[in-house]
Amino acid sequence: MKSILPIIVVFGFGFFMLVSFFIPLKGIQDTSQTFQNWYIGVMAFFIFIGIFNIIKINLEKIQRRLRDWQYSIILLICLLVMMAAGFIGGPEGGLFLYFYKNVQIPLGATMFSLLAFFVASAAFRAFRARSPEATLLLIAAVLVMIGRVPIGYWIWHGFPNLVEWIMTVPNTAAKRGILFGIDLGMISMGLRVLLGIERSYMGGGKE
Amino acid sequence: MFLILLILVQGISLDVYDTPNDDGSSITLSWSSDTLISSYQILRSIFPEHDFKEIARVESGKTTYVDTAVKAGTKYYYRIKGAGLDTVFFSNTAGPVRPIAQIFNLGRLNIAVCMIILFAVILFYISRARKGEKLYIRKIPALTAVEEAIGRATEMGKPVLFVPGIMDIDNPQTIAAMSILARVAEKTAEYGTPLYVPTSKAMAMSMAQQVVKESATKVGRPDWFNADNIRYLTDDQFGYVSAVDGMMVREKPATNLYLGCFYAESLILAETGHYTGAIQIAGTAMPDQLPFFVAACDYTLLGEELYAASAYLSQEPIQIGSLKGQDFGKLIFILVIVIGVITRLLGNQYFYNLFKTTR
Repeated sequence: MKSILPIIVVFGFGFFMLVSFFIPLKGIQDTSQTFQNWYIGVMAFFIFIGIFNIIKINLEKIQRRLRDWQYSIILLICLLVMMAAGFIGGPEGGLFLYFYKNVQIPLGATMFSLLAFFVASAAFRAFRARSPEATLLLIAAVLVMIGRVPIGYWIWHGFPNLVEWIMTVPNTAAKRGILFGIDLGMISMGLRVLLGIERSYMGGGKE
Repeated sequence: MFLILLILVQGISLDVYDTPNDDGSSITLSWSSDTLISSYQILRSIFPEHDFKEIARVESGKTTYVDTAVKAGTKYYYRIKGAGLDTVFFSNTAGPVRPIAQIFNLGRLNIAVCMIILFAVILFYISRARKGEKLYIRKIPALTAVEEAIGRATEMGKPVLFVPGIMDIDNPQTIAAMSILARVAEKTAEYGTPLYVPTSKAMAMSMAQQVVKESATKVGRPDWFNADNIRYLTDDQFGYVSAVDGMMVREKPATNLYLGCFYAESLILAETGHYTGAIQIAGTAMPDQLPFFVAACDYTLLGEELYAASAYLSQEPIQIGSLKGQDFGKLIFILVIVIGVITRLLGNQYFYNLFKTTR
């Protein structure tokens, strides 16, 4: 029963949602929307579980003086300050927004900026011409990079058009091929989940 | 001073029709545009000649309007009044049109047909597998490497890091990641290797905890399970990345598995993992992120392989059967594309039109 009930629930709801994609009748669409709203409700509840998990793990870390436990104090203080700012002034309130704009956004932007350096280091490794495929990748990448900057046009007027062709023809063709595979894989996995063949995501394998 | 107002009857050509593939709750109007008109008044009546009332006003440039304030089964007539600088334009009276609820969305008929064919093929191969037939599927090097990578972490006495992407469990890639996590957890539990699963969504954390706990129990190692190793970090994309990067740098896991849905954080994670010297296996169905993983990781599951991974790792005949069906479906798609290209090149539209969306 422990494994059968979840499979019945998954099949019932999954099959209904699949059918609702094809049937535009009001009753079906409204019910489908209700189910999706339930999910949003459940998701909102899980925010508390997430916060509880953060507090529990970091408090344990402080209590047991595990490595870098000092950072946990900072994390918990930040969590409490942001929560307090939110409760006092609301999400649009001055203090909450102030912290969000002046701490959260710059920190996120800093992490995102690292991407530029990581792209350079990853490209350096990837573009080493060790095989015919890597050589092809290297040539295509060099052409695209040159063609995307003004100096490319200055060297040869045809560079931008060549880059456009690489991006819209071979690149799009490869991408579409991958997307076809992805869609088929998703449908196949969906069917396995619906039929209860794939149940490892529920924590259970074969009966 | 006299103001001369010129009225042009039927200056606008109006067409109305029941909005296709809906529940009978709307009527669509489309009309010819005129650069002299600055705004349009939509008029509606249930009589053909009189009682027309304004129901909406739209700006110039727009040539369609969907009237959603209608009752299914009632007949409606429409007119449009266009206001110019010193001129008023009228359309013809269009109608009657009666909104009717459609039982099936014909615009999605092609999807339904493709799905039925694919379902049939997959079920056919599953039934063959159930009968005990041995089915061959191609080797996926990245998945063969998963066990080796876990073994390496065990030998080095270091943990395994499993990153299930940044999306919640309503995303199919996260579901696929959880299925793979179950297999990875079985192996790590068997070997007694620590497994860290940092999540970006609390619901994904809850699911991952359950999956890992059940896997540990399945291989007879419930004592190995530590709920604190599967933790929620933050919903914020780059906050999550910095926390996972911190774990990599501090804990130095020997094996990093990035399986799920990733966006801009893919390369930041993979490059940090590379610098810590970990063996890295990634898999995602985000085509834009695949090149980053290919460049920075040792093995990459490309798109569909992510969805196939759990079935592949399980080696259960029925699951393998579904993979075989999926591959056969791909063959059908390839044939359809080739036939489509050839017929179009030869100037034949019939085959191409079979796949066009129906209005």
